[in-house]
Amino acid sequence: MKIGVGLPTTISGVDGALLTEWARRAEAGPFNSLGVLDRVAYQNYEPFVALSAAAAVTRRIRLATMIVIAPLRNTVLLGKQAASLDALSAGRLTLGLAVGARGEDYEVARIESRGRGRRFAEQLEEIRDIWEDGRVGPKVTGGGPQLLVGGSSGEALARMARYADGYMHGGGPPRAFGAAATRARAVWSDLGRPGQPAMWGMGYFALGEGTTETGAEYLRHYYAFTGPFAEKIAAGNLTSPGAIADFIRGYEDAGCDELVLFPTSAGIDQLERLVDVIH
Amino acid sequence: MRYAVLGGGPAGLYFALLAKKANPSDEVLVVERNPPEATFGWGVVFSEETLGALRDADYETYNEIGENFARWNAIDIYYRGTRIRSRGHVFTGISRKVLLSILQRRCRQLGVRLEFERDVRDVAEFEYADLIVGADGINGLVRRTYAESFKPTVAVHPTKYVWFGSDLPLDAFTFIFRRNEHGLFQVHAYPFDAHMCTFIVECPEDAWRRAGLESADEAQSIAYCEELFAPELRGSRLMSNRSLWMNFQTLKQESWHHGKVVVLGDAAHTAHFSIGSGTKLAMEDSIALVDALRRHQGLAAALNDYEMERQPVVERFQDAALESSNYFEQVGRYDGFEPRQFAFNLLTRSRRITYINLTQRDPDFVRSVDSWFAAAAAGSPDGARRLSSPPMFAPFRLGALTLSNRVALAPGADLGAAACSGAGLVLTEFISVTQEGRITPETPVFDRGFQDVLRSSVERIHQAGSAVALQLGHAGRRGAMRPRLQGIDRPLLRGGWKLMAPSSIAYTPHAALPREMTARDIEHLVNVFETAARAAAATGVDAIELNMAHGYLLASFISPLTNLRRDAFGGPLPNRMRFPLLVLDAVRAAWERALIVRISASDWMPGGLDLDEALEVARLLKSQGADAVHPVMGQTVWESRPDYRRLFGIAASDRIRNEAHIPTLASGGITTNDDANTVLAAGRADLCLLTD
Repeated sequence: MKIGVGLPTTISGVDGALLTEWARRAEAGPFNSLGVLDRVAYQNYEPFVALSAAAAVTRRIRLATMIVIAPLRNTVLLGKQAASLDALSAGRLTLGLAVGARGEDYEVARIESRGRGRRFAEQLEEIRDIWEDGRVGPKVTGGGPQLLVGGSSGEALARMARYADGYMHGGGPPRAFGAAATRARAVWSDLGRPGQPAMWGMGYFALGEGTTETGAEYLRHYYAFTGPFAEKIAAGNLTSPGAIADFIRGYEDAGCDELVLFPTSAGIDQLERLVDVIH
Repeated sequence: MRYAVLGGGPAGLYFALLAKKANPSDEVLVVERNPPEATFGWGVVFSEETLGALRDADYETYNEIGENFARWNAIDIYYRGTRIRSRGHVFTGISRKVLLSILQRRCRQLGVRLEFERDVRDVAEFEYADLIVGADGINGLVRRTYAESFKPTVAVHPTKYVWFGSDLPLDAFTFIFRRNEHGLFQVHAYPFDAHMCTFIVECPEDAWRRAGLESADEAQSIAYCEELFAPELRGSRLMSNRSLWMNFQTLKQESWHHGKVVVLGDAAHTAHFSIGSGTKLAMEDSIALVDALRRHQGLAAALNDYEMERQPVVERFQDAALESSNYFEQVGRYDGFEPRQFAFNLLTRSRRITYINLTQRDPDFVRSVDSWFAAAAAGSPDGARRLSSPPMFAPFRLGALTLSNRVALAPGADLGAAACSGAGLVLTEFISVTQEGRITPETPVFDRGFQDVLRSSVERIHQAGSAVALQLGHAGRRGAMRPRLQGIDRPLLRGGWKLMAPSSIAYTPHAALPREMTARDIEHLVNVFETAARAAAATGVDAIELNMAHGYLLASFISPLTNLRRDAFGGPLPNRMRFPLLVLDAVRAAWERALIVRISASDWMPGGLDLDEALEVARLLKSQGADAVHPVMGQTVWESRPDYRRLFGIAASDRIRNEAHIPTLASGGITTNDDANTVLAAGRADLCLLTD
């Protein structure tokens, strides 16, 4: 299993200098990928823009959207953005797509949230054609970026198995990931898709004095739309080296291919502390 | 802290005493509508795990409970004049009345205030309290008052049940099944001391009406049940305690707390009685809530923590309880099983216990199931040997074909790879009967060239001891897609071919529109399938599997979503089945060996084919000479709403096998030998398709 780290694009007080410094140090560290989250009605950086900034200062590390809310975007422009980032970064993009969970993002973008699952399925049917057709450039290599799909419903899993290269899990304890991964593989096989889906997971961490509370506060704020569930997510924040090590072991045992750990506190020290835990 | 607890059942009392013990300066009040000695229901069951939790939480009550409980480790199943006993299942039972008096005594000793015979009208009466605990049951005031924030859903189960007590001395958890002229009745009985047991009678609503129990009073109900179960009661009596026939209600709630109000036990959730006692869950709730209050300074954090800890546990329990209650609601389907298989099926009903779990608990019982299974498979149920292999390795007779074991594999394009797999049956990938019937450009067509290649693969597979089933189909509107390595159902942009279907509806938004088939097309394809079946004989394959599933051509005739024809091939099910049955007839006439038909047992779509209708499809296929049905799920329409729960194909296989009475090949997430052995031994399928 490979380990990635999240870029702090959703945490307040992060500027371009910190973001690119984070990307540089992650590239120099033991991480295979940099992940970003997507929201509209929130004080965060747009995922493709943030990954472009990271791409400009790195050469090796993969760049992953975890996920981008596809129905909020025009399919052709989404395809073009992804192809551009993939080409400019020499094929380093992993494009995670899903419908997202926040009604507010749809409201602000003035996009009907009803029927978003079906629209997303249509987008998925189309996006690789956009890459392969050649009319909308830039030219992609190897069929385009690695495409992953998230979501937990039966429809989401069917979309994943039909069109994607693998599954992007939305977070939770290793046991929840394991159950979802088993289901994803069963659906993949049931639809008659050869091979195995790639499996990506994610978690949140906060390391060092005083960050337990700031981390929990951030998660409560970020997940406020889930109501009382936000408290549960905040309680799942990994706040000690031991908890992170257990989490990594649990995900590896559950068949995860790449686990991306997202910071819940902005300082660059968070990255350094995580490097120490992983080494 | 000041606590007000509504409800003086086990949950409320246990919470009160634990809270008071944790902090003796706190003020704890329990309010109960009934007098202290009143109790409804008879006994309560605990598992070893629960007892451990009770011991850690309060040793004094644990000790007293221990002095009064009955302990046993067997499950008895009375069915068709026999008794099957399975051991290794540890249970503990105690009289509910004794339990309540232990808890009341301990509450008083610790200084909890108990107010009996106080009817509470409004939760606001306890506004002064720092925490209001609703332990007042499924119909309690607290749950009703905060329904808006708890967001409850209540599922009413279809069967009728009634709680009795009995002086029948039991040493096992006892299930009794008895069919009379009114229907099938079953008993769930368990001891709670050396002399007494709880005796629950359950039956379908129509049996209950036919028996006249709808209008019966308590004495008449008792008389009816005593007569019905006279052989097992052996002269013991049934006793009533407000014993009324009811429908069980499963309560789920999104949230269990609001502000300073929290619910536990039946006021928070219920789980069907067939899987154990709600009291166990309720007392575990009490422990978790007191622990959470001790761990956290703030009330909100504590209540969240309590909910976080308990909700997943309760949900798992409710899932298992749902499987279990489904079993008892449908048990008539299995009334004809050999007793050992009946027992195995019952014991594995909730899917929490598998073949391996049962082997650990009771190796002798599983050995006897293995022996019976192997002997029955060899056609001599009376000649059972003491040692046999597990069910997946028993042979199976499919039409005229004998398979060396009950496992099927589908190796995909590389058929030869299955030669050394050891599977009894190897399924080929989808082979099209015509060029236009291909799914993708890579789909093989059943032409001369392919037949030659197939013949040599089949020879190799035969040498390794496996049989081969040739999967024949026509993609219909689901054709002209890209190679599957690039995804599923992605239409070819270039190099596609003309598609046909019962009605002109494209499979995906960007897929090519198929042409509506004419009567001549239909006639032509019947001949094509017949010719293919004739040619199949020369390739050496042992079986043909006709693909009438997953939205391909024959399936799209069967589903009302994709067949909008107004001629003799569309409309009601017999019409929609006309073309598929013509194909089946033609193939059957040209092919003497085993014949399997793959169908979608549900379209997973409102307005589409459901399992009830699939049962009709299976009956028609059986009457037209199919030897087995391979039920799969969905894929009829691109936009379906699939339900990929664990082992998602088993429910359909179970119903078709045991209601349409035709052998089934089950698939859908069966990945381990344990899955396969459990499904086969329980009689939910005859063959299992194992996948990675």
